[in-house]
Amino acid sequence: MSERLIEVNHLKKYFKVNKGLLHAVDDLSFYIDRGETLGLVGESGCGKSTTGRTLIRLIEANEGEILFNGEDIRKLDKQKLKDFRQNMQMVFQDPYSSLNPRLNIFDLISEPLMNIPEYAHDKKKVYDRVTELMDTVGISRRLINSYPHELDGGRRQRVGIARALAVNPEFLVLDEPVSSLDVCIQAQVINLLKRLQQEFKLTYLFISHDLSVVKHISNRIAVMYLGKIVELSNRNDIFRDPLHPYTQALLSAIPIPKADSAERHRIILKGDVPSPVNPPAGCRFAGRCPYATEKCFQEEPALREVEPGRFVACHKVEK
Amino acid sequence: MNKENKKTNSQLASVWRSLRRNRMAMLGLVILVLLALMAIFADFIAPYAYDAQDLLNARQAPSAEHIFGTDEFGRDIFSRIIYGSRLSLVVGFISVGIALVLGGFLGAVAGFYGGRLDDIIMRCMDILLAIPQVLLAIAIIASLGNGLVNLMVAVGIATIPSYARIVRASVMTIRGEEYIEAARASGTNDAKIIIKHILPNCLAPVIVQVTLGIANAILSCAALSFIGLGITPPSPEWGAMLSGARNYVLTYPYMSVFPGLAIIVTVLALNLLGDGLRDALDPKLKR
Repeated sequence: MSERLIEVNHLKKYFKVNKGLLHAVDDLSFYIDRGETLGLVGESGCGKSTTGRTLIRLIEANEGEILFNGEDIRKLDKQKLKDFRQNMQMVFQDPYSSLNPRLNIFDLISEPLMNIPEYAHDKKKVYDRVTELMDTVGISRRLINSYPHELDGGRRQRVGIARALAVNPEFLVLDEPVSSLDVCIQAQVINLLKRLQQEFKLTYLFISHDLSVVKHISNRIAVMYLGKIVELSNRNDIFRDPLHPYTQALLSAIPIPKADSAERHRIILKGDVPSPVNPPAGCRFAGRCPYATEKCFQEEPALREVEPGRFVACHKVEK
Repeated sequence: MNKENKKTNSQLASVWRSLRRNRMAMLGLVILVLLALMAIFADFIAPYAYDAQDLLNARQAPSAEHIFGTDEFGRDIFSRIIYGSRLSLVVGFISVGIALVLGGFLGAVAGFYGGRLDDIIMRCMDILLAIPQVLLAIAIIASLGNGLVNLMVAVGIATIPSYARIVRASVMTIRGEEYIEAARASGTNDAKIIIKHILPNCLAPVIVQVTLGIANAILSCAALSFIGLGITPPSPEWGAMLSGARNYVLTYPYMSVFPGLAIIVTVLALNLLGDGLRDALDPKLKR
């Protein structure tokens, strides 16, 4: 169970913008074990999606290593990368814009297959595989010639999942796969993803801004703030005893469906997220942190392992 | 194998089905087919030879013998329009074809890759655009030599920038869509992404530009023929006939009305068909 599938070391991605460098992903290090789900949470613009896209090389990172089964995928050349894509696929956030409106379901799901020589010349095989995938993700076979605009959001996302599964990947980046769906469809898709994970021994990086969704599916959770991981640990540890002030604030913002939860203490953060363009020195959260001291503004806290398996980047957490 | 064939056939068939439901598009298609037949069988349809002069009966109003009248040399305008469809249609389609293929390719590459390549291509297009189209065409014909083929090449090259710009603009909007990223994650290469995902999605503005462009090409050729480049008399060409008749607009209007009508009908038919085709190719508009 504890075999490492993915190990990321000092991953950096900066975008050049007019005003300087936008630090989208700034020195991330983490690992994902085979068969587990790592949830990646954070608010909009904190670099979650960029991280996911860099992992499968849709965006090229500036620095760092991405080891997949021990092999650094940043060093793969074009041809090898193409073969490698079969190992890692992605499910996109918006099932409305991630499916080409001019292709029907068959063409959409079969697209990844067409890039594999084994399938490219065997139409029968492709057809069989596509119908098999449709069964797997629960789309009725009669929809095979339908177009995306004829399907509802949940079915579209199932098409997106089927497309990602087509090449039998080991690793899936799920970039907010349920954020644009309504709640009961969200639950269906989450359950589908869980089932598929067991069935095909998949490893997930689950990106979301919705903590309650992440809680359902993740084994471990990484919290990002402004291009950095501020806390990474077990799902239960994070929810029971968040260490980083930002995580605490984030968790206190989850609505609880109970009227008598008056004793709950909500932490309201002041101010705005600083600009990721040329970010301030010191802890990036310091400006909004209720516990910030002089040290926090000067020295950047590193991500330390405070307990086995619990990582946090904060000067205030001692252990 | 069979199923796959059936599928692609049914896709074509469904485009055809929704095109057939569109009455106006079918009208356009019928007119175009008639025009094409007219061009092919001109020898059998035309009552007179296109260059048969009859100076005694010059500039006659439409009558039973000459249903569209005669021009300043007594040539039958009806026959000349029928023969003229050969040149005009060929010139219109081929020169737009040249412009579309080259301009479309350049625009797609510029829009897709962006950056330095985009700058270089589009600045070249700007240079082409800065020179008046007719002047550019004159220069090209002057360097290539006179002739029908060179005329089409010249008009085609002169209109490349407008296609390049339209294709580039739509490619740039579509490039940012998530399904392009998804295709890339699937390992699809750039050429396939452009052909399969991007170009079909920027068809709509291109179809409109093409239908208008054919009319423009016919007129540009007329302008060039007028100054003695490209098509030379007595070859009949609608645009050339139109410009030849302009001296007699007030006195013998029918000489310019009929070639003008021929161009209008062709353009109208193309527009109707183009609109219908655009709708038929869009799966969202299908019921």
